[in-house]
Formats: sequence, C-alpha cells, structure tokens
Amino acid sequence: MGMTITEKILAKHAGKEKVAPGEIVDVQVDYVMGNEVSGILAIEEFAKIGVDKVFDQKKIIIVPSHTTPAKDIRTAEILKTLREWCRKMGVEFVEVGRSGIEHVILPERGLVAPGELIVGGDSHTCTYGALGCFSTGIGSTDLACTMATGKTWLRVPETIKFVYHGKLPKWVEGKDLILFTLGKIGMDGGTYKALEFTGEAIAGLPMHERLTVTNMTIEGGGKNGIMIPDAVTKAYVEQRVKRPYTIYNSDPDAKYAKVFEWDVSKLEPQIAFPYSPDNVHPISDIKENIKIDQVVIGSCTNGRYEDLNEAAQIIKGRTINPETRVVILPGSQEVYLQAVKTGVIEIFAEAGISVSPPTCGACFGGHMGIVASGEVCLSTTNRNFRGRMGHPEARVYLCNPAVAAASAVAGYIVHPKDVAGKVPA
Amino acid sequence: MKLHGKVWKYGKNVDTDVIIPGRYVTITDPKELAKHCLEGLDPQFVTKIKPGDMILADNNFGCGSSREMAPIAIKAAGVSCVVAASFARIFYRNAINIGLPILECREAFEGSNEEDEFEIDLAAGVINNVTQKKTFQAVPFPPFIQDIINVGGLINKVRQDLKKEGKLITP
Repeated sequence: MGMTITEKILAKHAGKEKVAPGEIVDVQVDYVMGNEVSGILAIEEFAKIGVDKVFDQKKIIIVPSHTTPAKDIRTAEILKTLREWCRKMGVEFVEVGRSGIEHVILPERGLVAPGELIVGGDSHTCTYGALGCFSTGIGSTDLACTMATGKTWLRVPETIKFVYHGKLPKWVEGKDLILFTLGKIGMDGGTYKALEFTGEAIAGLPMHERLTVTNMTIEGGGKNGIMIPDAVTKAYVEQRVKRPYTIYNSDPDAKYAKVFEWDVSKLEPQIAFPYSPDNVHPISDIKENIKIDQVVIGSCTNGRYEDLNEAAQIIKGRTINPETRVVILPGSQEVYLQAVKTGVIEIFAEAGISVSPPTCGACFGGHMGIVASGEVCLSTTNRNFRGRMGHPEARVYLCNPAVAAASAVAGYIVHPKDVAGKVPA
Repeated sequence: MKLHGKVWKYGKNVDTDVIIPGRYVTITDPKELAKHCLEGLDPQFVTKIKPGDMILADNNFGCGSSREMAPIAIKAAGVSCVVAASFARIFYRNAINIGLPILECREAFEGSNEEDEFEIDLAAGVINNVTQKKTFQAVPFPPFIQDIINVGGLINKVRQDLKKEGKLITP
C-alpha cells in the first residue's frame, strides 16, 4: 500500500519508514510560529516547563499580526512582553513596520519549504500546505512545549482528495474553489483529516491563489491542506528558499478516506452568506440587491499583492459607491511596498479607500474596520461567524477580491463582469 | 472523578469566536475571560450557570480559531465538562492540554434536553442523565491522550519526558 504526501512527510519527521492513519506519532518539527495572541499565553506556559532556552533559536519566529501596530495599552504591553522574551531567548520578533500577517510573511520570506513540517499558534497555519509541506495550527500550550522540545505529537490523519477538473472561468479564483468545496463538505466535513487538493484547476492556479485554497482548509475542519509541488511551486520557492528541501508526491496506490471529483469549468464566483463559511451560494443565486456598508480586502486569505492589484485594476478610473466604504488590509510590508511601487496604493487612495498598515485587523474583529449592528460587510477574509468582525448583529459575506472590488463600485454584491466588463489592462 | 451539574445545550459548529469574541483575546486573566464566556452565542450564559454545570453540544464544538482563551474561559466560568457529538481538533488538544474535561458522545447529545442533570464518571467516560435515568458511554481517549490527562496536562507530560532526558533545569 502506498502513502499520501501527508503520510510521507509525517513518516519522515517521525523517523519511520511508514505511518498509517490513526497512528499517533512524535514528530520533529522544522519550524514553529507564534503570534501575539498565542504567544503571550505560550511564554507563560513555557516558564512552567523548567527549561531556560528554546530548542533552536533559528527555527522559531514570533510574528505580531492581530493587533499591530499596538491598538491600545493592553496590546502594547503584550507586544512589549513578547519582544523582551524574544530578545532574551534569541528568537526573531518581527517588528511593526517589517511585519504583517504571519501566513503571508512565512512563505514570502522562504521560511517554509516543500517537505517540511511546520506548526504554528494560529489556526490558519494550514496555509503553507500549498507549497507541499505539512503545516497545522496549535494552541498556546502546544506552542510552548514545541518551542521547548522541537517536537510534538500528531495523529496521522486520513486524507480526503479533491480533484477539480477543467479550467476556471474568468473572475473565478482559488477563493471560489475553496468556498465551493466548503459549501459541499460543510464545516466539519474535513475534521481531523488531511485535505489534498489536485486536478487541472489547481495546476492552473498561481501560487497566491493556491495559498488561498489551503488557507481555508481549517474552515472545513481539516488538520492540514496540501498540494503536490509542481513547476509553479518550484518557481515560487526557488526565489525564496536558500536551503535544501524535499519534494514529495502521493503514491498512485495511496489510500484515501474519500475522493471528491468536480468539473469546475463552469463555476461561478461563490459567496458565503452569514454566519458561516460553508453557507455558500453561486453569485447568480442572488436575485435582490444586497446593499453593502463596508468592503474589506485583505487578510491571510486574500491579502497578497496579486489580490490587491486585481482589486485596484477593477477600481481604477471608477468611483466607490458613496454609501460604501472600503478598507484594504495588506498582508505584509513587502506586499505594501510592492503596492506602493506599482501605483496600486495610489489607485486606492484616489478612489477614497482607506489603506491600513499590514495587520489581521478587522478580520477577527480586533481593529481597523469593525462593523456596527445591522451593517453589511463584504469581505475577502475567511470567517463570517456571528460577531467575528464586530457587532453580533452585523452580517458578513465572503468572496474573492474581484467580487469585492466590483461590489464596492456598485454598492451591492455584483459579478465583476457587470462592473469591469472586460479583462482589465 | 465524579462531576455533577445541569447541562446547557447548543447546536453544531459552536465556534471559538462566539465562545470568546476576538475583542477579548488580548485578555489573559482567566477570571476576566470567564466573564465573556459564550458571549457571542448566549449572552446570559455566565449569569445563568452554576459551578459544575456542563455544556452539551452537537458536532464540531470549538471550531475556528486556535485561541486557547476559549477553553480557558469555559473552565474559569465554572463549567465542569463539555460533552459534544464531536470536537474541532485544535480545541480538543487545547482542552486536554489545559485540563478542561471534555467527552465525545453523540448519544448523550441526542438523548438529552437542556437543563437535564448529568452525573459523569470522567475516568470511565460514563455519562449518567439523572433527569431521564439514561446512561451513555463516551468515546474512550487513545492511551497516549489518557496519559496526558492522567498527569494533569501537557506541561506536566513534557516535564516528565524532559526529566528522564536530564534536560530540566528546575526540579
């Protein structure tokens, strides 16, 4: 019996020839990430363990992302405590002005690579699987113990394979693939499982859209999302990763718990309605105008340069609906800088859009665009749970960046073709 | 350990954003967190429960964010156990790690009503619905996880392992 890519990476890191689903293995991790929310509790737990140093200073990073720049005294104190701990331990603390969202920064800086095993104190750590690595989210106590030992325990997951046939139509993206999938399997459809994304549509996705797909693995309950590395992966990684890495593939006779196959050649942009990322409808289902108070473009799901640029090309030369406000949350300082150099930020500023510093911000209801009771927000983020972005009576819809930008112009949820009309120059 | 309390029943996919909304994740004091426990789903929760009461829920309890503040808030609010048809994996690990008792039992969810009295033998995984005179058996923990529970959480387990390897600097 062959193994899946997930099983091979776990076997390698457990020092075993083979592993099988259900088996609990102790694994050596290649990289450990924490943010300020998981990190602050983790360092308290770390102090209880009884070690005075981390397992490897070079394999740990703390990326303040959720509340940066410090939004109030309490968060400023948290950042100060973490900054001091990192200095004492010799661990990198990614400072405001060089930081952003951890799941944008780690792939961008080449800190994660194919074949590696990464754990992180944030549920969207599953993002990195687009590069062909195993990565999963953990809580603060697990984070503390992994920082101390370099090891953690994992139950080898069964794998669900998704095969997407056909090429995606114009205006339909990685975000739509994953929303469509969540609509089919539900929020617990992938619980405890590895989700392996394959097929012609995945092969046709650029890296930023692949990261969007694996990012939302957790919204289906998945342990990790993963893709088999190909030429797109290698081109992305070669510019960033300066160490040797291993490309794994799933064996033809690997065993899957389930295989889903869909023809996505006629897929439409998908919209997740309140209050769940699996409450998904194709955009043509919307028969009455859904008026929007706020549009958010950004996050670890869709806050990469290409996402911002796509939105900017739709908005360029047009005006935002006077009753709609737009907040852009760039994923990282690198994204922000590129958007400045190419004029993307200028397009946003001229259109009357608020551009935030790189941060998770409004996505989790922290700051930078909180919504009020009764308001409607259209967002490129990953979760629209009740109260997540602000008031429990606000309604958040999820979509891809093109839909978000076009809808900001219209003032209600529209298909991008109705605004952009043709391929942007 | 025997636990005793009234159950408060919720549906599927109770996410960590409703257990402890994002605006509170910069709170680290368990007592402060407890004041906002389940605020997004049931704002009356913290005022109506008595110490020892339990949460009973459908599939995928604790889905969403990895915030450990979620099980901490539940534990500090005085909840003695969460019984659910299933748990999201990060919440499951976090609960075990911090010592919040959890049991997976679909039958208990389907066969019980809000405000029923439960008596739970945690070690045996036996859930007794006193009100309805029914008994349910929870899914047993794998031995490895039972070990973590037995030593009082992951920190103690890691301390034991490091001690064997002679790597602890404090006794």
